[in-house]
Amino acid sequence: MRDVSIIAIGQTKVDEHWGKSLRHLAADAILAALAEANPGRIDALYVGNMISGEVAGQEHLGALIADFVGLRGVEAVKVEAACGSGAAAVRLGYAAVAGGLCDFVIAAGVEKMTDANGGEVTAALALAADGDYETSQGLSFVSINALLMRRYMYEFGVKHEDFAGFAVNAHKNAIGNPNAMFPYPVTAQAFAKARMIADPINLLDSSPIGDGAAAVVLCPTEMARQFTEKPVRVMASAIATDSVALHDRHDPMALQAAYLSVQRAYSLAKITPGDIDLFETHDAFTIMAALELEACGFAQRGQGTRLAQAGEIGIDGRIPVSTMGGLKGRGHPVGATGVYQIVELVQQLRGEAGVNQVKDCRIGMAQNIGGSGATVVTHILERIG
Amino acid sequence: MRIPRHWRLQDQRYRMVGEVCDNCGEKLFPPRDICPECSKPACTPYTFNGRGEVYSYSTIYQAPEGFEEFVPYTVALVKLDEGPMITAQLTDVEAAEVRIGMPVEMVTRRMLEEGEDGLIIYGYKFRPALAATA
Repeated sequence: MRDVSIIAIGQTKVDEHWGKSLRHLAADAILAALAEANPGRIDALYVGNMISGEVAGQEHLGALIADFVGLRGVEAVKVEAACGSGAAAVRLGYAAVAGGLCDFVIAAGVEKMTDANGGEVTAALALAADGDYETSQGLSFVSINALLMRRYMYEFGVKHEDFAGFAVNAHKNAIGNPNAMFPYPVTAQAFAKARMIADPINLLDSSPIGDGAAAVVLCPTEMARQFTEKPVRVMASAIATDSVALHDRHDPMALQAAYLSVQRAYSLAKITPGDIDLFETHDAFTIMAALELEACGFAQRGQGTRLAQAGEIGIDGRIPVSTMGGLKGRGHPVGATGVYQIVELVQQLRGEAGVNQVKDCRIGMAQNIGGSGATVVTHILERIG
Repeated sequence: MRIPRHWRLQDQRYRMVGEVCDNCGEKLFPPRDICPECSKPACTPYTFNGRGEVYSYSTIYQAPEGFEEFVPYTVALVKLDEGPMITAQLTDVEAAEVRIGMPVEMVTRRMLEEGEDGLIIYGYKFRPALAATA
């Protein structure tokens, strides 16, 4: 196995990009990354994407995007693992470089969601769940998370308002991120009164859909300094899975794949949760942030919401979370999200996060979740520049 | 969903036919061929009694395409008497009356109409258990 580092990043603003197609968004992110550091040769392109066929009317993204960015001929495939597609693409890129198959790999994520109407997008997102036994019953993806949240509140005596801090923190951090979709503050009062989507999940528990793309360039660490003064090393990359359907889990309150994935990552990186300086959670819904903090060892079972306050998860808190706005504030272009998380970690570890900079950070972790916890991808990155 | 996809699920949709593991005795719904408990083949059909209790629930106000006309409707995770959980809509009950732990029973109901000339899909929903059967 070879040591792998990230030498370049690129991203578009998450937004309603009416004037841009899927391929243009992907190109914007990839060409921005190559403008930062171009090794002069790319051996493979992995494209994370979830619902381009359903929503943007386009599949076969590997070849399409490779050709569009001037890489015709290169090995290129789309990687799909529901909302975990982006980090799964990074994971495959990492594996290709670490295993010695490739030297220079682009891992990108792209999602174009605003070409379809709300009902179509809601139905497409529900494809992350079990088609025969969840979505065919009329469940939206939000409602599956709502089933988790309702039970969590019941089992651990937690109130809806206890989750507010996750949304407040994410939106506060989004203000300092020029690529965030909703760089506006959200108050606990607004959180309490927001429109209900799938009870008990309301609009401000939920991340917004949007268009966006992000990309990273990976290469062996021993070559990284030829291309950048600030390489960021991949300490660990791990994927774990669980049943797709919530009803097939013995204990839905424990995100077992998140636990397995993070334990593998801690073991590979030879660190403990206390060594992590910032954590990009998959806060698609506030309940997911709570469950992840528990699965990753930052809170005891049933106590994740106790961290939903500035002193804990704020930029200067004990374990900063969603430091560039998270899925909630930056936006959640589903198949691209996992790559955004990695890009934002790199910004932080390079010291390029502007007003959102986490002081003296050396090690950052990102966790990207597909479905209601069926695919969980964990990456731990380290500043070596 | 296409016709064969619905047709294949008729035993599950109408009669709640799952499986029992020949090796460890675990009751499985939906049927899945390999027992998740002991990883041995599970292929003996087992018909569930259709009774259970609400493990969690949610009332949907923003529905996926095709279900908009039913909004608001309530979905639940139901823990069946025999052990497994199932995802289904609740029916014959006001959303405000639903509670975790509430006894419920399976009924056959219309799930979806695929337009004027399309399929009418029937399947299971769960209603509060009637006193006579509870």
